[in-house]
Amino acid sequence: MKTIKTIKLLSLGLLATLVFSACSDDDDAPQVINEEEVITTLNLKLTPEGGGETIDFIYRDLDADGSNPEIISPALSANTTYTGRVQFLNELENPAEDITIEVLEEAEEHQVFYIVEDSLDATPTYTGALDNDGNPIGVEFSLAIGEASQGNFTVILIHEGDKNVPGASEGDLSPEVGGETDIEVTFDVTVE
Amino acid sequence: MYQKSILLYLFIFFSFVIQAQDCELAISGKVIDIHDNSPLFGAVVQLVGLNKGVYTDEYGLYKIEGICEGEVQLKVSHPSCEPKTKSIYLKENRQIHFKLEHHLEELNEVLLKGKLYNNESNSSISNQIKTQELEKFSNASLGDALKSISGVSSLNTGNSIVKPIIQGLHSSRVLVINDNVRLHDQQWGVDHAPNVDINSAANITVIKGASALKYGGDAIGGTIVIEPQKAPIKDTVMGKTILNGSSNGRGGSISTSLIKAKSSGFNYRFQGSLKRLGDLRAPDYQLTNTGQRENNISLGIGLNKIDYGIDFSYRLTNSEIGILRASHIGNARDLVNSINRQEPFFIEDFSYTIDSPQQEVTHQIYKLETFKKLKNLGELSLQYSFQQNNRLEFDIRRGGRGDTPAMDMELKTHTLLTQLEWTSLEGFDSNFGLEFNAQNNFANPNTGVRRLIPDYNMYTAGIFATTAYKVSEGWDLDAGVRYDFNTIDADKFYITSRWENLGYDQLFPEFEIGEDGNQILTNPQFDYHNISATVGASYTFKNDFKLIGNLSSASRAPNPSELFSDGLHHSISSIELGDLQLNSEQSFKAGVGFQGVVEKFGFNIQPYINYIEDFIVLEPNGIETTIRGAFPVYEYRQTNARLYGIDVSANYSFDNLELSSNFAYVNGRDVEQNEALIHMPPFNVSNTITYSKKEWNNFYISLNSQLVTQQNAFPDNNFRTDIVNTTTGEFEEVEVDVSSTPEAYHLLNFSSGLDFDFDKTKLSINVMINNVLNTNYRDYLNRLRFYADEVGTNAMLQLKLNY
Repeated sequence: MKTIKTIKLLSLGLLATLVFSACSDDDDAPQVINEEEVITTLNLKLTPEGGGETIDFIYRDLDADGSNPEIISPALSANTTYTGRVQFLNELENPAEDITIEVLEEAEEHQVFYIVEDSLDATPTYTGALDNDGNPIGVEFSLAIGEASQGNFTVILIHEGDKNVPGASEGDLSPEVGGETDIEVTFDVTVE
Repeated sequence: MYQKSILLYLFIFFSFVIQAQDCELAISGKVIDIHDNSPLFGAVVQLVGLNKGVYTDEYGLYKIEGICEGEVQLKVSHPSCEPKTKSIYLKENRQIHFKLEHHLEELNEVLLKGKLYNNESNSSISNQIKTQELEKFSNASLGDALKSISGVSSLNTGNSIVKPIIQGLHSSRVLVINDNVRLHDQQWGVDHAPNVDINSAANITVIKGASALKYGGDAIGGTIVIEPQKAPIKDTVMGKTILNGSSNGRGGSISTSLIKAKSSGFNYRFQGSLKRLGDLRAPDYQLTNTGQRENNISLGIGLNKIDYGIDFSYRLTNSEIGILRASHIGNARDLVNSINRQEPFFIEDFSYTIDSPQQEVTHQIYKLETFKKLKNLGELSLQYSFQQNNRLEFDIRRGGRGDTPAMDMELKTHTLLTQLEWTSLEGFDSNFGLEFNAQNNFANPNTGVRRLIPDYNMYTAGIFATTAYKVSEGWDLDAGVRYDFNTIDADKFYITSRWENLGYDQLFPEFEIGEDGNQILTNPQFDYHNISATVGASYTFKNDFKLIGNLSSASRAPNPSELFSDGLHHSISSIELGDLQLNSEQSFKAGVGFQGVVEKFGFNIQPYINYIEDFIVLEPNGIETTIRGAFPVYEYRQTNARLYGIDVSANYSFDNLELSSNFAYVNGRDVEQNEALIHMPPFNVSNTITYSKKEWNNFYISLNSQLVTQQNAFPDNNFRTDIVNTTTGEFEEVEVDVSSTPEAYHLLNFSSGLDFDFDKTKLSINVMINNVLNTNYRDYLNRLRFYADEVGTNAMLQLKLNY
């Protein structure tokens, strides 16, 4: 009988502990979570070589779910070469977090590709520093604009792709590059 | 068992010389099982020293006539029971009843029959896997073991996350009962495997339908009842250790269990297992990041006094599962590339390392139960259980966040279950019960990723009554009804624009609490009332053929995932949105079971039809273009569904050979839209030929052939989206084929083994080779089928020691 009593007591004690510990969650409103990794904004800054005003292409989606993106796609000038730099921001943070820094820190895992529609007379070329493996990162580039034309200009940020695939270092995004797409934004560009 | 009884019967008839005497007295009575008062058929009642013996009938009755007045000693024995003797002085006709205690080896089945789930005397359509069969899966998972039952398949995420499908239905539609505790382990997720250590199970029963109302009224698909090894009421120590090694994954597992019991009814139990596996291998390549680690333990202490008892148990399962690296992708363009690539993008050398994406899940169950047999009434039991499920999911993340889980959820469930088994009414075995549940889900905000499932409190109360009635010889009827009330109170942040796009600002303005930046805090509250019922009959023919008919209706409230899900799934690159307007599903299922044995041929045929009103389906409904690119948006829809099918198993033995065969067919349709339902298991056949020879240390050698056909009935969930051609820069409309099913495949599996008996221990050695021919194949029911082939040959060595 003594054993039974001990078991009963122990069990009751355990039960009480469980009930109290489990019910101690407070019922306060939950804490809001702002997505930390979200990229809300892509800025493409194009500065004409030899001087001139910088042109800003912007894709901004503060909800990050595609509902109401803001897209700014100004016209470019024919027969001009632009010095370009892409910038990824999380504008939900205050001040805005510059994700480009992260991309550069993890340069071997990232590459930005610029895809130009055939109808658009523009040629992007990687400039800027290479990663530790000697491959381009793609954050900095130059964009040579030819005649007046119009077409899509797509910016794709690939994470953990194979940067050694032939053509990748020239900016060809073949399926062999693989990896996963972190950013994919298309601007409808007009060259005047 | 019957065979044994018959042998005994013959033995008694032939070996006892019936003496002619001038004595007219008689002793009659009933022999019943002490655990559940069920009659014991085939017990031998003997008069010691008088060479008189009879055999109890199927009602447990016996009568010995022609006994002389005087001192007699009665001995009652049963093939699976401890014998009992009783001495009396006989001077007139007497009635003497006996209660027998089952032997250890049969104890689990007895308890299953009486105290837990009675699949003998009611009309459930069910199948069972016993210890010996389960041990073969010591290195695998619950879902793998259950697949050996005809009509049970699995929905997999890779090879380690295996969710059972019963007659075409899974996840929230299948209840998993572990040691009489209903698992609440975030079972709604298709990539959430049940948190059960297969090594802790002594037997598993699959009930195909909602007829097990005591466990819940929402078993639209069925119920899986897992029972651990029970401690016998005698002085003993039982132990078992199983060691497994497997070539694929280059690892193995160890499992050990120990039960110490005393004849006083006191017992304590320990069971634990460890598993370590590295990357698995498909025939042509390594499946990078598919390693697995598991640590499981269960402890129990109890006092079982036959007419009362108290028991406490604790179970912990902890698993870390790597998810195929190549299945983590970006947007729809990545998905198209992955499907076209035919081979995973990430293939690295073998490794034991588990990196992101991965899951780490810990489930704990504390259970305290007590029962008391009440005179002239039956048995009253009370059970309290507490479960805590912690699920961490690690994703590929930027900026060194890989070590921070992307999902961190803690689900706590308290359950109080009280039951009265009322047996005092002749012929009736009735159960009345009440169940209360309090559940709290907490999503850790430190993940930096918006909650997929919000914080919520859920309370449920259930009441049920079931009864089984023995009408006459061979005829049994049973019926049951259950009502469940379910209330859920959630706190969820929606992105304000999402809340408005879904029209919730118009539909549910009362849920809005306040805004925080671009998010709106809402407090959705819903009540659900669910009624479920079952009725059935079974008839046992003179030749032991048994025909069962069962009708059941189950009702399931939408789960938190269906209501609140809100986010991006990287493994199928889709956005999944819950729906606050969902109602409960109600199923109406009719099942028939016909089973029997004709000499050396045995069969079991189980056809069924299941009609489900307001069946909840998830399907793509539009494309969303975000800064990450395009994604299909999956939304929930309610429809009426109809499933029918048949499960057949048969076996035939001659000499030392045994042939066994299983096949299952299911057809599921959305009757409103007249299209097939997704993830219906394709027609499959499994044939096994086994040669065994007892004289050679229980030697057996077995070859299994498994054919899975192509599923031709599937819904067209393909979606069209504009994908940028990375060469021309133009947008091209592409149809993303997420619907087509993989081709049929055929696998050969081999196994062989020997037993060695030592003094008090037994050693068994088994060799198993799965996918002997290293066949390349993909399975429709694997959600990662777009990315990689299934595993290739796996050779396993198993050593089992019983002591």
